[in-house]
Amino acid sequence: MHRTPRLFLFAAPLAAVPGRAVAAGMPQLNVHDPLLIGQVVWGAVIFAGFYIVLSRSALPRIERVLSNRRTRIQNDLDIARRAKAESDRASAELLSTRHEAAAQARANVERIQNEARLSAEAHARETAKRLEADVANAEARIAQSREQALSSLPAIATGTAQNLVSRLIGDQDEQTIASAVKRVSA
Amino acid sequence: MTGEASVAAGSTIDALGQFELHPVLGSLGEALRFSQSPLFMLIAVVLVLAFLFIGMRPASVVPGRLQAAAEIGYDFIHDLAIGTMGEEGAAFFPFVFALFFFILAGNYLGLLPFSFTYTSHIAVTLALAVTVFLISILASLRFQGLGFFKHFMPAGAPVWLSPLLVPIEILSFLSRPVSLSIRLFANMVAGHVLLEVFAGFTIMLAGLGFFGHILAVAPIAINIALTALELLVGVLQAYVFAILTCIYLREAVAH
Repeated sequence: MHRTPRLFLFAAPLAAVPGRAVAAGMPQLNVHDPLLIGQVVWGAVIFAGFYIVLSRSALPRIERVLSNRRTRIQNDLDIARRAKAESDRASAELLSTRHEAAAQARANVERIQNEARLSAEAHARETAKRLEADVANAEARIAQSREQALSSLPAIATGTAQNLVSRLIGDQDEQTIASAVKRVSA
Repeated sequence: MTGEASVAAGSTIDALGQFELHPVLGSLGEALRFSQSPLFMLIAVVLVLAFLFIGMRPASVVPGRLQAAAEIGYDFIHDLAIGTMGEEGAAFFPFVFALFFFILAGNYLGLLPFSFTYTSHIAVTLALAVTVFLISILASLRFQGLGFFKHFMPAGAPVWLSPLLVPIEILSFLSRPVSLSIRLFANMVAGHVLLEVFAGFTIMLAGLGFFGHILAVAPIAINIALTALELLVGVLQAYVFAILTCIYLREAVAH
């Protein structure tokens, strides 16, 4: 009677140990729990299903989309590269054509300048010739006039001298004056 | 995270109760041994597949947001797998993808209130790690034949050291699934225990009256920070698991 509570107190933990010893610790280590093994079996089934769906359907689908995109981008890049090469060629062609045209234009300008210079020179020569001829003509005319003037000079001089002499001395010896004028002008 | 209800009357914190397995769907779940853990695995798998299938349904050349997200997920694991294993390991890409998203979805689902983190069970992580281990052994035998066993003697090491080196190499090889599984399991358990403990502090402090109510804000703030940390840990652990799997498989396919 006296011992009963004590015995009970002593026995209670002992009785509780088999049931609670593991449960009091980590539930993850309670290997007697059928649910613990159950979750591994179920987990294996679920994981296997997951793997199969992933490898058969989900991942190939993504891979298809990604590879489609890759080929599409590659194709577009190829097209762009071809277009660029073409435009490069066209621009090179344009450049060379422009160079050619510029060279031709320069040649034309040079040729025309040359022609102009030549024609100007010819013109100048012609003008010079004409002017020379004019000058020669004019000189000839001047010489002629001079000669004329010179030839009429003795008569004028004689007339003037006669006039002077007659005013001075009133005497007029035409013969003497003429010979004097001739002597002076000679 | 179901644990708030299991915090006992404001005096103790039952941080581990959240990891207990309970049958779902009543007696049917009990008979099939179907607990909330496989239920959340199912939810995770369905979510990931829905994300991929709905995201990729437009299959357009210029992707929308969801499609871009699905493609980023694909590219991320694809680069990881092919970058590590090389083209010889392309066959293992779906496996690595499945592993990464199975673990990531598990880690993240577990952060939602009233949900369950199946990656916090060593049985689950060990099963995943053993699967990786067995696949890497089978792949090694298939790609390298018996030459696989040469890996246990490091090339260039003096022969007289082999009695020491070979057991060490074998031991390190065998410890791979252990470290792989415990790393993930321990990270998830630690994170969720911390969340539970701080949530318990809030309830305990709230029982102290007015000042308790004010002080109780502090553990909530800490829990917000911890949740952010758990978001990082969740993706990091999934990544670590995936990249270690890739490294082990690389040794198997490329010698």
